[in-house]
Amino acid sequence: MAGAAGASAAALPLIGCGEKPKVVVIGGGFGGATAAKYVKWFDPGIDVTMIEPNKQFTTCPFSNLYLGGIRSFDSITHGFEAMANKHGVNVVHDMVTAVDAAGKTVTTKGGAKIKYDRLIVSPGIDFRYELTPGYDAEAAEMVPHAWKAGPQTKLLRAQLEDMRDGGLFVLAPPPNPFRCPPGPYERASMIAHYLKTNKPKSKLLILDAKDKFSKFGLFREGWKKHYSDIIEWVPASKDGKVREVDAKNKVAITEFEKHKADVLNFIPAQKAGKIAFAAGLTNQTGWCPVNFQTWESTIHKDIHVIGDAAIATKMPKSGNAANTQAKVCAAAVVDMIRGRDPGTPTTSNTCYSLITPNYGISVTAVYRQTDKGYMGVAGAGGLSPMGEGPKFRALEAKYARGWYANIAADIWG
Amino acid sequence: MKKVGVCLAAALGFSLMAASANASELLAKPELLASNCFNCHGYNGASAGVIDELDSLPARRIAKKLNDFKSGSKPSTIMGRIAKGYNDAEIAALAKYFGSMGSK
Repeated sequence: MAGAAGASAAALPLIGCGEKPKVVVIGGGFGGATAAKYVKWFDPGIDVTMIEPNKQFTTCPFSNLYLGGIRSFDSITHGFEAMANKHGVNVVHDMVTAVDAAGKTVTTKGGAKIKYDRLIVSPGIDFRYELTPGYDAEAAEMVPHAWKAGPQTKLLRAQLEDMRDGGLFVLAPPPNPFRCPPGPYERASMIAHYLKTNKPKSKLLILDAKDKFSKFGLFREGWKKHYSDIIEWVPASKDGKVREVDAKNKVAITEFEKHKADVLNFIPAQKAGKIAFAAGLTNQTGWCPVNFQTWESTIHKDIHVIGDAAIATKMPKSGNAANTQAKVCAAAVVDMIRGRDPGTPTTSNTCYSLITPNYGISVTAVYRQTDKGYMGVAGAGGLSPMGEGPKFRALEAKYARGWYANIAADIWG
Repeated sequence: MKKVGVCLAAALGFSLMAASANASELLAKPELLASNCFNCHGYNGASAGVIDELDSLPARRIAKKLNDFKSGSKPSTIMGRIAKGYNDAEIAALAKYFGSMGSK
């Protein structure tokens, strides 16, 4: 639609120059790395440069398993060597600091200016620190959010290991919308698994900014079965919302109470990653509006936004969603560069969560563009059933691990 | 397995130069649809294990499996829910795409 109009005009001069068309991708996570690899997969004749500051990427998916002590940090960390050596992506380790949408150039911290014909931005999330007094980047060194995987994840794990038996772990999930809707509750499950196994006198208090959450019934069923003595969940309507944080003393402050924790894991409210703001790709919501056919920004032409930063209506902010969006976006970018009209594609999202090492739950959906936005196909998808026995749950836990191995290889392999 | 993907992509690249816009557009779609399966079933349908691979079955078996998942006659944890989201043309395109990998 909007994107298609510009496509044919952009394509001709490039081919005429005898130079390869250039796609630049910002970010090497689930969205960015997939997009970079798949532009090459759809059309090896396009020159692809991916710019990512870190030499390795640690995934948020399965970082809860690391926190629970059932997965190594190395196993959730991936390099970019295969993208460069096997798939022909030009990988640049630098940080994009500015985007010139009119001049079609990105500028990096290292001083490089890189031209593009089409830019794909997959910046992930940033935190809205201004909403919670007492919590900012500095406070996060004492009270980790661990909602960007890496050093924060290790810090939270170290605090959990140091915690005394009989201690209180307080986890505060963020308000909607945020990265990985079931994530905080899988984290609660994995922390509870660790406590039950290693520090059984301890408690886990969830102070929630919401009254409901993803896979609500399934999590609560699993918790009742496995962690009824450990997990207590307090919804926003029962004074669960943390309004202020005293990081030094690890105190979570709600309207009526102060909860002193041994380990406090506060997950702040979120917005699109920094470069999305610098590039002027966000609207008043703090996220990026896009055309669902091409994932092209509705604000800036020739720039596409995918992953957590994009506004995708019913499609959740998840690594798997970013991966499938990236493929649609990559195909559309190739089509538009080659002067073809991108079709109207189907994407899907599949999301597993573990409650114990052998107890998995899932939600899935198939998405299509509609006049109401990006919506799940009626009659398809949905949650795995409640009331299933251990056999079914063990299969879902097994498939969760199969999913991780395959999606990691699909992206960074 | 990877070879197949590269060949297809290369074939696509060539076809773009030669063929009309419409023909090229049609070519691009089945592999985009199929790539949606790779996140669970492995890059180019070659699974690392646990979940079934998709690159070694004839087209008719892929189509039958998907249709049986969709109708519920084949029990599953998740594929029944996913298959219901795909129409007959999409199932046929997926079967043809993965089937052609298996025969190579």
